[in-house]
Amino acid sequence: MTATDTTARAPLSIRGREWIHAWLLLLPALVFLFAFTHIPAIATFWHSFFSTPRGRRPARFLGLDNYERMIADPVFWKVMGNNLWFALGTIPVSIALAIVMALWVNDRLAGRGFVRMAYFTPTVLPLIAVANIWLFFYTPGFGLIDQVTGSLFGWPHTNWLGDPATALNAVIVVTVWKEAGFFMIFYLAALQAIPPSLVEAAKIEGAGKWTIFRRITFPLMMPTTLFVSINAVINSFRLVDHIFILTDGGPDNASSLLLFYIYETAFEYWETGYGATLTVALLVILCALAIGQFFLFDRKVHYK
Amino acid sequence: MSSSANDTWTGSGQDIRLEAVSKIWGGHRAVDNLSIDIPAGTFTVLLGPSGCGKSTTLRMIAGLESVDQGRILIGGRDITHLPAAERGLSMVFQSYALFPHLSVAENIVFGLKVRRVGRTERDEKLARVAGLLGLSELLERKPGQLSGGQQQRVALGRAIIAERPVCLMDEPLSNLDAKLRHEMRVEIRALQKKLGFTMVYVTHDQVEAITMADQVVLLNAGHLEQAADPRELYRRPATPFAARFIGVPPMNVLPGAALADIDPGLSPHSVGLRPEALVPTDNGPLKARVTSLEYLGADMLIDCETAGAGFTMRLPGDREVAPGSEIRLGFAAQDLHVFDGQSGRRRDDLAEETGRRMAG
Repeated sequence: MTATDTTARAPLSIRGREWIHAWLLLLPALVFLFAFTHIPAIATFWHSFFSTPRGRRPARFLGLDNYERMIADPVFWKVMGNNLWFALGTIPVSIALAIVMALWVNDRLAGRGFVRMAYFTPTVLPLIAVANIWLFFYTPGFGLIDQVTGSLFGWPHTNWLGDPATALNAVIVVTVWKEAGFFMIFYLAALQAIPPSLVEAAKIEGAGKWTIFRRITFPLMMPTTLFVSINAVINSFRLVDHIFILTDGGPDNASSLLLFYIYETAFEYWETGYGATLTVALLVILCALAIGQFFLFDRKVHYK
Repeated sequence: MSSSANDTWTGSGQDIRLEAVSKIWGGHRAVDNLSIDIPAGTFTVLLGPSGCGKSTTLRMIAGLESVDQGRILIGGRDITHLPAAERGLSMVFQSYALFPHLSVAENIVFGLKVRRVGRTERDEKLARVAGLLGLSELLERKPGQLSGGQQQRVALGRAIIAERPVCLMDEPLSNLDAKLRHEMRVEIRALQKKLGFTMVYVTHDQVEAITMADQVVLLNAGHLEQAADPRELYRRPATPFAARFIGVPPMNVLPGAALADIDPGLSPHSVGLRPEALVPTDNGPLKARVTSLEYLGADMLIDCETAGAGFTMRLPGDREVAPGSEIRLGFAAQDLHVFDGQSGRRRDDLAEETGRRMAG
């Protein structure tokens, strides 16, 4: 018995030590992951079932009251609608623009280094600076857009950011302008990873530019498209900084997005309980989108 | 390779003509004033060391590279400025250039689909090509799931399915191992004979060139050294470069002074003798000292030195030769090649003159 016992136990103790090493190696990353991602997420989920503590009134368990309030909240549905429109307005346009710019910059053209830099500049500029530049463009009367349309077509002054009909679209334009250049870099990298002989082979087989793009280039860039679109979706739900500078969510919540509404609720009205509930809604949406995209795209994406 | 009885291939080759074609890259003439005639239905190999312009020439024929000077005709039609798709040719790339996201079947019919060939015709042709190349079991696979040899066959399939009159191949065997390379050599040659298209094949491997070609076009530094059938190229090389490029080990090219005993008139020129043409003879005209030998079994390579010039000869492996010994070597008059000291071109008149002196 003793002989078999020791041989059986020795690997166990070695395995035990390997476990300890493994956890020690994982520990630094885990600490940060838990401290800044998992614990706040769980705490948020927990707080979403409680009322907001105020002064001497501690938080009270409310059950699903906060969720009922959210479903009945017209502003919540307004910002959700805004966010959907914002995502639909920015993602396809910025991806399409990014592909077109990448194809253009990938060609042999004079001064392409300069063009690449020009496309990428919006990404490098700080968000606040970008928003301020566009704020000037949009200013009624003496802003760039009004000056151009006014002198060329004689159009009257337009308050692009102050009109509920145009405020959100104005923010969409800024976001597309900023994101397209960033995504272009990824597409450019993907394009340069495609061996030129594939395109040459397709040319010899009689494929035109459009066919080569549709049947060769675009399918081979699918992993990039997956990556970029997940990023774009997440960005569309994460955007607050532009709105702070450009519109402050107004007028009448016309340009308010979900995250901006969460910020307002939690840190301007100090309704942290309801803010937590809204955050849970945001988390659920983001998880659903990410999982959905991976499953949807996975069958269509060719990885090397 | 398999084929059924009702297999009929309608494709037939077209001749290709290069007229003084040049390609200039920033002042450097990568291809310099090159004129070649490639008869219809033949197998022509563009051969040369790397950087000699053979791939550039092929890519100019294909339409993947512009022609800076001269013109190219296929079947009598000037195609110098036509896009690749309108030249009536197919091409196999060194990397195979298979589309990694498409299945084998989709890869092969890619061109037919692009040209909107009907579904039934496409399927018929696919079945025929797949049968011919032994790919029928692999049609649903992706290129990434195939071995190198199978990928090569898919590339061949894509090239032959449209039955174009001209097929271009750019070092198609360089990614295969030696055994497979031999098999594919035989197979490609048989395929070309069976289907009858005109083949232009680029390689730097002289064995591939000699075993496959009807005509070898030997290029060096962008210009034509010699265009001839493999036997002619071996027997009567036009230049010392051609002489040394064909044959293993390469031909010995010595200063003419080495044979001054026979014919002092050779002194300003170069003489070429193949290692297999030299034989030890007691009163042979060439005196040499053995410096080293390399035993290979069936035969051996012997490095010798004469009048300060080194050369190699090949002898049967059972001969006894000691390094350091003095030997005399002879050769048949028709095995002597003479190259002009000025132009470097072949001088048969001088070789014949020397032959007469040796006989007399």
